[in-house]
Amino acid sequence: MSNPELDGMGPSERGRDAITGAAGVVSEAQRTERDQAREAERPSGRPEGRRRRGGEPTRVPDADFRSYHGRPVLNGVVWEARDIGGYLFLGGLAGASSVLAAGAEATGRADLGRPLKYTALVAISGSLVALVHDLGRPERFLNMLRVFKPTSPMSMGSWLLAGYGPLVGTAAVTAATGWFPRIGSAATMGAGVLGPLVATYTAPLICDTAVPSWHEGHREMPYVFASSAVAAAGGMGLVTTPTEHAGPFRRAAVGGALTELAVSTCMEKRMGLVGEPYGRGLAGALTRTAKALTLAGAVGSVLGRRNRVVSALSGAALVGGSALTRLGIFQAGVQSAEDPKYTVVPQRERLRQRA
Amino acid sequence: MSSDVCKHCTSAACLDVCPTGSLFRTEFDTVVVQEDICNGCGYCVSACPYGVIDRREVDGRAWKCTLCYDRIGDGLEPACAKACPTDSIQFGDLDELRERAQRRVEDLQDAGVSSARLYGEDPEDGVGGAGAFFLLLDEPEVYGLPPDPVVTTRDLPSMWRHAGSAAVVLLAGGLAAFAGRRS
Repeated sequence: MSNPELDGMGPSERGRDAITGAAGVVSEAQRTERDQAREAERPSGRPEGRRRRGGEPTRVPDADFRSYHGRPVLNGVVWEARDIGGYLFLGGLAGASSVLAAGAEATGRADLGRPLKYTALVAISGSLVALVHDLGRPERFLNMLRVFKPTSPMSMGSWLLAGYGPLVGTAAVTAATGWFPRIGSAATMGAGVLGPLVATYTAPLICDTAVPSWHEGHREMPYVFASSAVAAAGGMGLVTTPTEHAGPFRRAAVGGALTELAVSTCMEKRMGLVGEPYGRGLAGALTRTAKALTLAGAVGSVLGRRNRVVSALSGAALVGGSALTRLGIFQAGVQSAEDPKYTVVPQRERLRQRA
Repeated sequence: MSSDVCKHCTSAACLDVCPTGSLFRTEFDTVVVQEDICNGCGYCVSACPYGVIDRREVDGRAWKCTLCYDRIGDGLEPACAKACPTDSIQFGDLDELRERAQRRVEDLQDAGVSSARLYGEDPEDGVGGAGAFFLLLDEPEVYGLPPDPVVTTRDLPSMWRHAGSAAVVLLAGGLAAFAGRRS
């Protein structure tokens, strides 16, 4: 056979010369000499084309895969789960809370929206703290505002937060003090319009990476984030509002929770191999717990709709479920970057299909 | 030996996702971090399909090979190419290097090393061709290189569309919860 790399004999002598031989170039004279020698060696009548030239070594398609001693191809995710996983959750909670607060305001139930305005302010402040902690020093956040760059979800997100944060702050402060009600109302509406973007932009933020279990989910992820955010904000509404007024929050919570369960399950299934981390190790445990909490919260908020305590506990379960959903997604990405399988196998498959 | 050099992708994901403009494309078509602007967000680390750029522990900022931006600006070759005693690492005009590499691969294959192949030289690949390409004697993943890297931002327009429509759904759904009977 003509492939010395595969028959265990190592490179042929000529191959070894070529690999280890003098730097870079085989001289024209050597090349001519070699061609002549080869010409003389070749049995007459044997067609030139049978010699393997430039072809890939044939091999059974990789059931498993090859790597450099099992080391990852990608560099690990450098973000802390607490910072950036938390950031994903808090941004969602804030954004969807602003939407519900705006809904309450628009239907003349400003009192109903007040706790969610506070929730949004606390959550978005918390997400800013998480981001700054990730960066290391507060003044580093300012560098985010040097450029406006649509190719960078983090740049777009920074500008979004720069617009959204003051609106949320104004809405919360005016609600608490009763000052400038018109400005407060306008700020509430403004925050309600930007809120959905704050809740969903974080999906492109993590999917626009080489991390397999994030990137591959880029179609469904925004819907997972949006529904998870609504479930959390609705849950917060259930915690803060007496049952007889909590109808809108209950509807939002149940709708968000069921949508989240459906879309995230669908996403994990569709991703195939790179969906695997969502069911394994720490990511698997977080994801399963998140789903259990979310389902329990949805069921509890319907069955316990007349009981203040059950409603509040269900709401808390939904908030917790949403947080664990984000941490599970974060962790799945971390795990997928650490194992070269999730990088190599899908790329191999892509090459095979193209060939 | 295989150097973990930055590939200086024609479509560079690290540069695309950098939120500060710290990563930029130089006059030599290389990709360089300006360390005084980098704020240590770490986005580029997860964006790189080759696992090259990384955060430095002590200051949290991103660092990577600059293809010796300072040296090539002075007409010198990068230090790795200069130091390599066997000329395994070569520096020059890409077209000329591609030609030279192609000849070398053919030589090797003629000599019986049928597994010799180039990696990253194709301007049509998923990163628009790499500024640093390799002659390999086995499949790329055996060297810890991705077999078919694609710049992640290729899918970003689709991501923005989905995020936009998810935001609209969220707004509509959130407001719809307030429709109907009041208690």
